[in-house]
Amino acid sequence: MNESTEISEFGIVLLFLIGGLMLTLIGMGLGSFLRPHRPNEEKNTSYECGEDPVGGAWQPFDVRFYVMALLFVLFEVELFFLFPWAMILTYEGAVAEWSLFMLIEGFIFVGILLVGLVYAWRKGLLDWIRPEARPSSFTSRIPEQIYKQFKS
Amino acid sequence: MFALLFFLLILPLNALIGVYVERKLSAFIQDRLGPLYTGRYGFLQTVADIIKLLQKEDIKPTAADKYLFKMAPSVVFMIVFACFAVFPFAPQAQGAQLNLAIFYILSILSLDVIGMMLAGWGSNNKFAMYGAMRAVSQMVSYELPLGLSLLCVVIANNSMDLQEIVHLQSLHQEPSYSGLAWAKWGGLFAWNIFQYPLLLLVFPIFLIAGLAQANRAPFDLPEAESELVAGFQTEYSGLRWAFLMLAEYGLMLLIALLAALLFLGGWASPLPNIGVVALDSWTSGTVGKISGFLWGFFWLFSKTIILILVQMWVRWTLPRLRADQLLRFCWKYLTPFGIVLVLLSALWRVFL
Repeated sequence: MNESTEISEFGIVLLFLIGGLMLTLIGMGLGSFLRPHRPNEEKNTSYECGEDPVGGAWQPFDVRFYVMALLFVLFEVELFFLFPWAMILTYEGAVAEWSLFMLIEGFIFVGILLVGLVYAWRKGLLDWIRPEARPSSFTSRIPEQIYKQFKS
Repeated sequence: MFALLFFLLILPLNALIGVYVERKLSAFIQDRLGPLYTGRYGFLQTVADIIKLLQKEDIKPTAADKYLFKMAPSVVFMIVFACFAVFPFAPQAQGAQLNLAIFYILSILSLDVIGMMLAGWGSNNKFAMYGAMRAVSQMVSYELPLGLSLLCVVIANNSMDLQEIVHLQSLHQEPSYSGLAWAKWGGLFAWNIFQYPLLLLVFPIFLIAGLAQANRAPFDLPEAESELVAGFQTEYSGLRWAFLMLAEYGLMLLIALLAALLFLGGWASPLPNIGVVALDSWTSGTVGKISGFLWGFFWLFSKTIILILVQMWVRWTLPRLRADQLLRFCWKYLTPFGIVLVLLSALWRVFL
């Protein structure tokens, strides 16, 4: 396929975007003739299981989400660099050693990716917070062994 | 243009039938009866649901960010719908014939996260916020195994054009380099997973990552009913909620379609040619004629429906994962395994 038709194909993508938007907008528009509109104060409070909401939800969040997002960006960018590599790994009319060179280059690239993953792993960035089991100060007369027997 | 109208029809139809089938299937799995009273065997249940949703008041919480709140369902649905632009559903029937189709799908799918974040943040509700944060961390993490499994397919077929990948799995086009020799029998032997047996290992990774992308159980933490009410959809009601639901079922269809196209031969017939009994040629029709179109449509959507049923089966069989299990599974198992598979498929490509 030549380049100009390739770019004009994105016009269809734009049509799909507009089509999807239109479906939701027209749906909402048609619905507005059918649905009631009687807001009141109680109805418009945030849902919090029937209690009056305390504070807002726009609060600082756990930094681990940020770390996860950062890791994702790193790996995703490297992943996207691998797609062109996959396309030219073999092609007709290349010199005989081409594929071998490409392969070695790809392996080095993926190797760096793996080193990054291992680093994040060893740093403990991939571990999510887990509740720790705290031993209770309560001592029962029934030996611990019997509990373990039933738990397993 | 035809593809646009086609998918505009297919998506709501998929949700309409999908919800009914899922309810009946879950009822069967849990030994219940499911919807019974609306229409015969409850056939009209989802139609009744939609009429109910149309009449429901559109509640916008006072605390919410009005614009983001109203925008989010449109954004989520628009992005899921835009993905369908590149899907071929029969030979020569496709929306946009991009030769970067897989690239395009990956990039558009990652935008879906933004829609969910808008919904969660805009609601200004604690449940919605937790749900959105979970959704983002989950979808963002599982994008990697998904991308790696797509990369394996790209390496094996040396193409990013979905139509061409399907052609390579049918008898219409001779591959420039061959997988296993039995691909010349056509039918299911030419499918990617059998032509390149390495992809048989990639296929489960793709399905698992796809399930997580579509926020389906066992990865439905973002909308975990028992802990987060409805996750990022908590504040939505009526039609806006319906569009979020429509997007979820659309995503399910998308994953199933993509799996069918990339691994299971797309619109190619699953019946092989055995000597004079040319089952594949008999059940493929002629390309460019109406018969080719109808057969392609039939085979592709049979495979897709089976894969959707598998997704539903998984949902009602496995319990929900915990957040830490979810991310550990992605980062410590699927991603390294995916990277190794990429290297192996590159070796296969060059040396076999």
